[in-house]
Amino acid sequence: MDISIASMLFYIFSGLLCISALQVILAKNPVHAVLFLILCFAASSALFIIQGAEFLGLMLILVYVGAVMVLFLFVVMMLDIKHMLAIKRTALQYMFLLFTIGGILIAQIIYILFKSNLATPSHLSSLHNVNVLSSNIESGINYTNQISNTKALGKLIFTEYLFAFEIVGFILLVAIIIAVTLTLRTRKDNKAIDVSSQININAKDRVILVDSKISKISKISNTPNITTSH
Amino acid sequence: MEIQALHYIILSAILFGIGLIGIFINRKNLIVLLMAIELLLLSVNINFVTFSSYSNNLHGQVFVFFILTVAAAEAAIGLALLVILFRKTRKIEADDLTILKG
Repeated sequence: MDISIASMLFYIFSGLLCISALQVILAKNPVHAVLFLILCFAASSALFIIQGAEFLGLMLILVYVGAVMVLFLFVVMMLDIKHMLAIKRTALQYMFLLFTIGGILIAQIIYILFKSNLATPSHLSSLHNVNVLSSNIESGINYTNQISNTKALGKLIFTEYLFAFEIVGFILLVAIIIAVTLTLRTRKDNKAIDVSSQININAKDRVILVDSKISKISKISNTPNITTSH
Repeated sequence: MEIQALHYIILSAILFGIGLIGIFINRKNLIVLLMAIELLLLSVNINFVTFSSYSNNLHGQVFVFFILTVAAAEAAIGLALLVILFRKTRKIEADDLTILKG
């Protein structure tokens, strides 16, 4: 057997990735689809780690499986699953047609890839000698072999891509605000106080001094009784 | 047999095709539609990482980082939209989105 461990792992995880991706789009129950999507991300993070991109592989598990897919799962479980099961699927004959067209599409891409010079393995390794934007690309090359992937990526992000990194953080902030404001609704029995209306109130609007016997008595005793009307 | 960049790119093409078929099959179910879009983005990420690692150039991995964050933001906003759609119509079918007549 001349199959190395790395290539064996590649075939295992890529097979897992393809099968679970098919299950994502074919599963009737959306909860199953989300769970298979988690399996997809786990398999592809393994593929990233095989390729030497450890940081991205770990981030895919931490951020995607840990946060985004859990969000998906929450929303799917919050919505009415029984109703979603009743959504009519595409008819079987169209499904066959779709898979034929999709297969043709994939076959075309693979054919073009084989015709291109990517199929010759020496091409990619000599890619970094062809400098398109020479100074910009070379800065990323020398990192890879000497220090760890995470450190190199951090150096690149916090120096060259600092501005883009800040913009990405801002995009996440915008996403938080949009998601909160879209889904926020105040309940009718909510007893929270509207701060601005409370600040803008005058004492005259709030307090009415009523002349009554009790108030007269209290005036004598020098403690005005205040009747509030809300 | 040595695994080359071509293997990964073919895998990414297959994954992209599956995601595309998923969009057409589940065009009525909005939530599976979002999941198919996640599959498409994942295949693009695999392409980026492959080219980055086989050409010894880290810039591609930085872009995978950016794509991941934008995809997370997109998923959050899409799911929030789905939630308010479900509150309004009690359904999440794409065919029911006929409020805007145009």
